[in-house]
Amino acid sequence: MALLEVNNLEVCFGLRKGEVKALRNIDFKIERGERIGIVGESGAGKSVLGFSIINLISQPGYVSQGEVMFEGQNLAKMNHQQLRSIRGNRISMIFQDPMMTLNPVLTIGDQMVECLMEHRTISKQDARNIAVQKLQQVYIPSPETRLDQYPHELSGGMRQRVVIAIGLLMDPDIIIADEPTTALDVTIQAEIMELMLELCERNNVALILITHDLGVVSQVTQRTFVMYAGRIIEQGPTKEIINDAQHPYTQGLINALPQMGVRGKRLHQIRGAMPSLQSVPVGCAFRERCDYAIENCSHNVPDFTESGGCKVACHMVAELKREEQAVKLEIKGGAQ
Amino acid sequence: MNMTAIVEEQTVSNWQRFRQSHFWHSFCIDKVAQISFLVFVAYVIAALLAPLMAPFDPYDPGSIDIMNSELPPSWQEEGDATFWLGTDAQGRDLWSTILYGTRVSLMIGICAVMLQAFLGICIGLVAGYVGGKVDSLLMRLADVQLSFSTMMVAIIVLAVFQATFGTQLYQELAMVMLILVIGIAEWPQYARTVRASVLAEKEKEYVDAARVMGLRAPRIMFRHILPNTLSPILVISTVQVANAIISEAALSFLGLGMPVSQPSLGSLISSGFEYIFSGSWWITVIPGLVLIVLVLVMNLLGDWLRDVLNPKLYKG
Amino acid sequence: MLAFLIKRLAQAIVVMFVISIISFSIQDNLGDPLRELVGQSVSEEERQALRDEMGLNDPFLVQYARFAGNALHGDLGTSYFFKEPALDVILKKLPATLDLVFGATLIIIGFSVPLGVYAAINPRSMFSKIVMGFSTVGISVPVFLTGIGLIYLFSIELGWMPSFGRGDVGHIFGFWDTAFLTSDGLAHLVLPCFTLASIMLPLFIRLIRSEMMEVLQSEYIKFAWAKGLAPKRIYYLHALKNTMLPVITVGGVQIGTMVAYTILTETVFQWPGMGFLFLEAINRVDTPLIVAYLIVVGAIFVITNTIVDLIYGLVNPTVKLFGGK
Repeated sequence: MALLEVNNLEVCFGLRKGEVKALRNIDFKIERGERIGIVGESGAGKSVLGFSIINLISQPGYVSQGEVMFEGQNLAKMNHQQLRSIRGNRISMIFQDPMMTLNPVLTIGDQMVECLMEHRTISKQDARNIAVQKLQQVYIPSPETRLDQYPHELSGGMRQRVVIAIGLLMDPDIIIADEPTTALDVTIQAEIMELMLELCERNNVALILITHDLGVVSQVTQRTFVMYAGRIIEQGPTKEIINDAQHPYTQGLINALPQMGVRGKRLHQIRGAMPSLQSVPVGCAFRERCDYAIENCSHNVPDFTESGGCKVACHMVAELKREEQAVKLEIKGGAQ
Repeated sequence: MNMTAIVEEQTVSNWQRFRQSHFWHSFCIDKVAQISFLVFVAYVIAALLAPLMAPFDPYDPGSIDIMNSELPPSWQEEGDATFWLGTDAQGRDLWSTILYGTRVSLMIGICAVMLQAFLGICIGLVAGYVGGKVDSLLMRLADVQLSFSTMMVAIIVLAVFQATFGTQLYQELAMVMLILVIGIAEWPQYARTVRASVLAEKEKEYVDAARVMGLRAPRIMFRHILPNTLSPILVISTVQVANAIISEAALSFLGLGMPVSQPSLGSLISSGFEYIFSGSWWITVIPGLVLIVLVLVMNLLGDWLRDVLNPKLYKG
Repeated sequence: MLAFLIKRLAQAIVVMFVISIISFSIQDNLGDPLRELVGQSVSEEERQALRDEMGLNDPFLVQYARFAGNALHGDLGTSYFFKEPALDVILKKLPATLDLVFGATLIIIGFSVPLGVYAAINPRSMFSKIVMGFSTVGISVPVFLTGIGLIYLFSIELGWMPSFGRGDVGHIFGFWDTAFLTSDGLAHLVLPCFTLASIMLPLFIRLIRSEMMEVLQSEYIKFAWAKGLAPKRIYYLHALKNTMLPVITVGGVQIGTMVAYTILTETVFQWPGMGFLFLEAINRVDTPLIVAYLIVVGAIFVITNTIVDLIYGLVNPTVKLFGGK
């Protein structure tokens, strides 16, 4: 049995203008110690997915269908009391902006100790000792003095380390990291990502990494899920997705990345913009931006097609694959 | 003929645009807003038409008979049908006095707020547009002005004036003084909000564009920036008129406002207060209710406008 | 801490300087001290001689310097009416006014925090809607009408509470009297305190509610939920502490308003406090008393603002009061 299994998850937001579906037909599994990435543009619903796993979607959002099975229990159906024993304990979250994540009027120590004392019967002194240990694990110098400092006395990178330390406090089974490095300086981004990779490997923690940064995903994760307009459109081993993307959208994302060592080549751009979730068109949501769209795309939502090690939701997968091989042959032929 | 047709067409389309707006729509579904608006309109009409609607002229000593003093409302046993809300301690018809009092209260409230708005908008525009030292000086001034409460400043200023001029002259100047004091004391509300809006608008491209086109600063401010600050100004103004009316009433209650011979709602309540212990409740209670309802509908309208227009108001 | 004190002291000096100038101009322009002292029967020459002797013909600055010098020694002149030092007359009434302010503050804090927090946590509950409705009505009722209404209901109709005066007072520290110590005094305090509180209470309920709702939307509150903390801890520690920061600042500003409204409350309830005395002084053109009142109120202002700043600094860790980097 997988550690976490999300089946046919659907999340709705009850707005004044009516219901808006932020997530549809989400299925995935994650094993103990596995690291997966969830990639997509902002507004694709990837953050909502992260929050819906621990049933913490902000009002007026709610899980309208499907289940989130964690060790045989459905988190989507749990009451508050039960959820609290999971949140921060078995599944913890790391948020995007460390400047906003820590409560400005409480000390670092308070914010760590309270979490330990909530989930365990433990003395305050023991809780502090554990907090110091965890701060050491995330390489924060002189952790004892940090405990009595307030968040504003720490730099952004340091604060994100504290947030990670809080995430690790209870030795959770899963960490959900929602864009953990987006708000940080580029130089610090890499450090933090390396730290997370190291900690997950050492403690055998599963990681769900939510990001728009394909570079980060390829650095850390084993499997990748690409989201578009509330759906997963491609999934598979990270290596294959990066090197050999099948879905036209994923291809577009990868082509939009600047490549090391390639000069003078224009960066590719996907034309148009993602439709807002309030007006997702019938059929494939990507078809209006897609170069390969056919008649069928505007009628039916594509199912997943197995292609190599990946699953791709596109009507044109087979054709694209063939075309790609043809191009490759041509290049080979040309070389000869 | 063509011209009129065009003008007509334009007004029609403006009206239609208004009918389709979010503003109109939320008014249509909000019962509280509709009732508040109707009541407010009724007040304005009553204030405007007071000389026509009032059966007696409370300013005319000739029409008052002291024998009629302290008559209860007509539905009570000792009531007199001529005075349906009863009479006050001087024998004036309460209904007429309330109509005139509403007129005075509304007039002071609206004029004071117009003065506030004028001062505040000018200062706010200048502070926001010029920036730098002028800005920090003006805003510091606003802080100081706000930290002395309006009530306190008004009480002191009016008290000193009354003591200096003597009661007689003061009573003649009371209305002007009230408008000036309440108007000057509250300008920072507007100035801060307008300044904040200007600072936000200043960054936008259309202001740069106007400047590139060679428009002069005052024109840019009044023609281009000011219209964008209208919704916060509207929201503030509604609440400020309500506040000004309350302030006026409080000052009149202390004997620092409108004289009994030319009463506002506040001075009516004040003059009735001594008689409440002897059982003549109506002289205080009826004008009191009139005042509360007026202020309440204005506050409700203000709340509704705030919700609908949702402007960025200056906090703190 | 030292820097804070110096900054505060400088502010206090500026405020008191401004107030002293205002007060002095009032004293200079209002009434004729000579007439108050010697009456009408003295000849013009004698008057002039007296004027010179009293320094009333000196240049403005000299007179102001003398006024300020005396004021620094606690001498604000003698009340024309009471024939006593004006400052003493005012200070004797200070405890009565502070009783009111203290009682009203207790009521405001005691009601606005729980009600505002409740309305923020349960914005859709019936009770919240009733509370918010009442606070809108409360804002619309002028404070003197609240007072009159309470008197009419509880004193005249029901006869439960006394309608005016301060009742018996108890003494503490030998020099201070307060109505809080006797049951009669407490009974007299109830209506005026609620009246004075009525002006601020709705404002604070609305303020606390809107600030708290904003805080509840913040990332750190979401993070606290994600940590699996108990709702009690999230609401009453994480959210409330952040809510109170802007509330304390606004509260500091409102203290000035509250002092002004004591004048109204004291007038309605004939409460023997400073405000009531001040209005009487105005009617009698008792200039030294008016000046003394202004200066005492200015001092209260400076002191309370300092206290509010101190509290703010204690609650908000980003403000460093005590040394530090």
